[in-house]
Amino acid sequence: MSRASITKAHQKIQELSWEPTFVSPVEKFSTDYTFEKAKKKDPLKQILRSYFPMEEEKDNRVFGAMDGAIRGNMFRQVQQRWMEWQKLFLSIIPFPEISAARAMPLVINTVPNPEVHNGLAIQMIDEVRHSTIQMNLKRLYMNHYIDPAGFDITTKAFQNNYAGTIGRQFGEGFITGDAVTAANVYLTIVAETAFTNVLFVAMPGEAAANGDYLLPTVFHSVQSDESRHISNGYSIILMALSDERNRELLERDLRYAWWNNHAVVDAAIGTFIEYGTKDRRKDRDSYAEMWRRWIYDDYYRSYLVPLEKYGLVIPHDLVEESWNRIWNKGYIHEVAQFFATGWAANYWRIDGMDDADFEWFEHKYPGWYDKYGKWWERYADLSKKNGHGPIMFEGDKAEYQYPHRCWTCMVPCLIREDMVVDEVDGQVRTYCSETCHWTDAVAFRPEYNGRPTPSMGKLTGKREWESLYHGWDYADVIKDLGYVRDDGRTLVPQPHLNLDPKKMWTLDECKGHTMQSPNVLLNQMSPEEREKHVAHYKAGGPAGRPAPQEASA
Amino acid sequence: MSTTEPQSTRSVPKPVFTDAEAGALEFPSSTSRSYNYYTPAKRRATIYEDVTVDVQPDPARHLSQGWLYGFSDGVGGYPENWTALKSSNWHAFLDPNEEWEQTIYRNNANIVRQVSQTVANAKAAGSFLSENVSWLGVVEKHISAMAHAEHGIGMYVYTACQRDAPTNMINNAIAVAAAHKLRFAQDIILHNLEVSEQVAGFDGSAHKAVWQSGGEWEAVRKNVEEITGTRDWAEAYFATTMVFEPLVGELFRSHFVMQVAALNGDYVTPVVVGAGEADVSRDRAAARRLFRLLVDDPEHGAANRATLEGWLEKWVPASVKAGRGLQPIWSQVPDKMITFEESRSRAVTCFTGLLDELGLNYAKEL
Ligand SMILES: [Fe+2]
Ligand SMILES: [Fe+2]
Repeated sequence: MSRASITKAHQKIQELSWEPTFVSPVEKFSTDYTFEKAKKKDPLKQILRSYFPMEEEKDNRVFGAMDGAIRGNMFRQVQQRWMEWQKLFLSIIPFPEISAARAMPLVINTVPNPEVHNGLAIQMIDEVRHSTIQMNLKRLYMNHYIDPAGFDITTKAFQNNYAGTIGRQFGEGFITGDAVTAANVYLTIVAETAFTNVLFVAMPGEAAANGDYLLPTVFHSVQSDESRHISNGYSIILMALSDERNRELLERDLRYAWWNNHAVVDAAIGTFIEYGTKDRRKDRDSYAEMWRRWIYDDYYRSYLVPLEKYGLVIPHDLVEESWNRIWNKGYIHEVAQFFATGWAANYWRIDGMDDADFEWFEHKYPGWYDKYGKWWERYADLSKKNGHGPIMFEGDKAEYQYPHRCWTCMVPCLIREDMVVDEVDGQVRTYCSETCHWTDAVAFRPEYNGRPTPSMGKLTGKREWESLYHGWDYADVIKDLGYVRDDGRTLVPQPHLNLDPKKMWTLDECKGHTMQSPNVLLNQMSPEEREKHVAHYKAGGPAGRPAPQEASA
Repeated sequence: MSTTEPQSTRSVPKPVFTDAEAGALEFPSSTSRSYNYYTPAKRRATIYEDVTVDVQPDPARHLSQGWLYGFSDGVGGYPENWTALKSSNWHAFLDPNEEWEQTIYRNNANIVRQVSQTVANAKAAGSFLSENVSWLGVVEKHISAMAHAEHGIGMYVYTACQRDAPTNMINNAIAVAAAHKLRFAQDIILHNLEVSEQVAGFDGSAHKAVWQSGGEWEAVRKNVEEITGTRDWAEAYFATTMVFEPLVGELFRSHFVMQVAALNGDYVTPVVVGAGEADVSRDRAAARRLFRLLVDDPEHGAANRATLEGWLEKWVPASVKAGRGLQPIWSQVPDKMITFEESRSRAVTCFTGLLDELGLNYAKEL
C-alpha cells in the first residue's frame, strides 16, 4: 500500500471504535495511573491489510533461511560453546514473548485511546509470532545439532530451574500488577525500547560469529516488529505525562524497570556474549562496548534523557550504577562464574575458558585475569572426573563461597560488598543492591510515599530456588529436576564439551553432596551470628573468594 | 573504557569446521530429538504442539517455584478461578486449527490478497456503480455498522480474553480469533471507503450513527457491550462464539448478506464477508472443542453443563433480541430472495445444532 493510502485507511479504521452507552468493558486490570486529563497521542499508523502480507514476506525469508541452513550443513561450522547457551536462552525467551501478547489487554483495558488499542492488538499478534517462531527455531536446533539433550526438555527445564526463573520474572513482570507499570513502563518503555537491542541485535551478531546464521535471521525478523511496539509505548507514556499525578509513579516505575532489566538481561545476555563465544578477535566488541553504544548512547541519552523536558526525573544514578556494575564491579564475569559454579543444576554444558579466552578478556577488561583467571583454571581442572565432586562442592579448592540470592532480581548477590540484608515480610532476605531492596521493601507495596497504590503488584513465589532442595542429596536434586540423559545416569549438564561417554559426568559423582539453601541457613542464625556472617560475606570477592576468617566489611 | 572502533575496520570471523552436526557422535541422549516433557495427542508431535504446549507455565505441571509476581491480592499468573468452568486437565485442549506463526500470516495474507484483487477487479470494471442503489444503502448503513460489532468483539472480547485462560493453547486460539475479527472489521470499513470513493452520494460515515444511535443495531450493540463487560473469560468466549455468532453474526452475514448481495450486483461484499464467515467457522471449531472437553470432563462435566446452561439463560435472550432487531433490514432490498423468518430459522437450526453437540438444554423459546 502507498503511504497516502495507508494514511487514509488508517484514518478510516478509527471509525470502528465507539463510546459504549450500555456497558463499558469490564475493568479486568487496574492501575494507579490516571488518564482522565490525558491528551491522546497517536502511535505509528498500522493497518492489518498491510501488516499481514508484510509479515508473511518476512516469514518466507526466515523459513527459506532455515531450509538453506539444513541443506548447507550449517551445524558443521557451529561452535558447541555457543549452542549450549542457546539451550538456556531459547528456553527462556518464548515465554516473555508470549507474555507480551498477554500484556496487551492490560494497557488496552486501562489506557483510553482507541488508536493506541489498534497498535497494541497488532503487537499482540506479533508476540504470538515471536514466541512460536522462536520455539520452532529451537526445534530445528534440537533436530540438527550434535547434542539435543537440554533442548529436548526445554520448557520443563525453564520452569524448574534457577536460571530459567531469573528469566521468567521478566515475562511475568509484563502481565501482573499495576497494568501501566507492567505492560507499559516495564515491558515497552524499558524492556523493548532499551534491552531488545542487546537481545535481538547483539546476540545475533555473536551467533553469526560462532557459525550460527539462523539465530540472526529469526531475531532480526523479530526485531523489525519492535519499532511499532516502541511507538505504542511512547504514545502511552506521553499520555501519562500529561497528568501531574502520574509523575511520581512513573519515576518509581522507571527506577524499578530499569534496574530489574539491567540485573536480569545484562546477567544473561552478557554471559552468552562474553562466555559463550569462540570469537576472540580483539576488534570484536565486548558486551560492555555494545552496552555503551546501544543502551547508554542510543537509549539513555537519545530516548530517556529527552523525556526530562516533560518534567520527568529519570534515573541517571541507576544508569550510571549499571554501567559501574558492568565495567568496574565485574557483574557479567561474576554471573558467568556463578552459572559455571552451579553447572550440575543446569540443562546445558559449559565450556571452560582457555588461554585464547584469557588473553581476550585481559585485553577487553584489564585486570580480568587477576580476578577470574585462577578460578577458570580451577574449573578446567575440576571439570575432569577424578574422584572429586562438582566444583560447587569443592569450595576450598575453588576458593569460592556459594552466594546468597537476591530476593528481587533472583540473580545472586555476587558483588559481595553491595549486598543488603533486611527482614521483610517476617523473613530475613538478601538483596544484590540497594535498588533491589527498595523494589521489594518500598516500590511493590500498596502505599508509596504516603499515597495509596492499591493496584501495585507483589513479589511472590519461592524466590530462592535453593530452598526447594535444602538438605537434599545433590544427585536426587538433579534427578528430581529431570536433567538426566536417556541412559538414566549421565547428566544433561557437563562442565566441558567432551561427548565421550566415559568422560561425561553421571549421577554417581554427585551423590553424597548435600544441597543447602543460604537463605534457610541465614534465617536459622541468631542475630549475632547473622551479623558476623553478613560482614564476612560482604568482605569477600571478587570472583567469590571468601574473605579471610576474621575480615569484615 | 575502550570505545567503539569504526565498523569498517572490523575483521570477519573465519569459518571453523566443528562437526557439531546431529549424528556425528554417539553418546547418551544423542538421538533424543523430540520435546519430551509432554505427551503429544498423536504418535508424533505436530509443529503446532511443539511450539505451543507448556510455553505458558503452570504450577500444576512443571513450575516449581510458583508465580513470581502477583496482583495486589497476591494472585499471579493465570488463575483458574478467572472462569467458573472447571477442568481436570486444561492442557487437554489443542487448537484443531493448529494455529501458529506460519498459519496466521499465510491465511490472513491470502485473505488480504483475495480481497484486494476482488476490489481491484470491481474498480476496473466499474461494477460498484452497477450495484443496486438500495443495496448500496444496505452496504452504507448496515454492513458497515456490523463492522463495529466485529471490531468490538476482536478488541474488547477476544484480545481481552487471551490474557486469561489457564493454558497457552487456549489463549493462542483466542488471540488468533481476535486477529481474524480485527482484520475482518477493517476489511469491511475499508471496503466502505472504497465504495465511497467510487460512488457519488454514498455516505461513508453513515454507519456511525446507524450503529450508535438506536434503530436496528441497538440491541446488537447492547449485546456486544454486555459481553465486553463480562469478567469471566470463558463466559465471554461462550456468549460470543456459541450464542452471539450463530444468532446474530451469522444471521446477518450468512443468512442475509451472502444470500442477497450477488443478486444485487455486488460481488465484492460476499468476498469480504465470506472471508469473515470462514474465519468464524474456523474459530468456532476451536470453541466447540474446548466446550466439548469441558462438558465431557470426568470430574466437572455436570457442573460445567449447569454453568453453561446458566449462561444460555443469560445470553440467548439478548442475542435473540439483537437478531430480531435486525429484521427491518431484510425489507430494504428489492430482490427479496429470502425472508427474515427463513434466515432466522437457518440461524436457529445452526444454534440448536451446537447445543445438541454439547448436550446443553435451552428450554425457552428461541
Ligand atoms: Fe516480541
Ligand atoms: Fe537484585
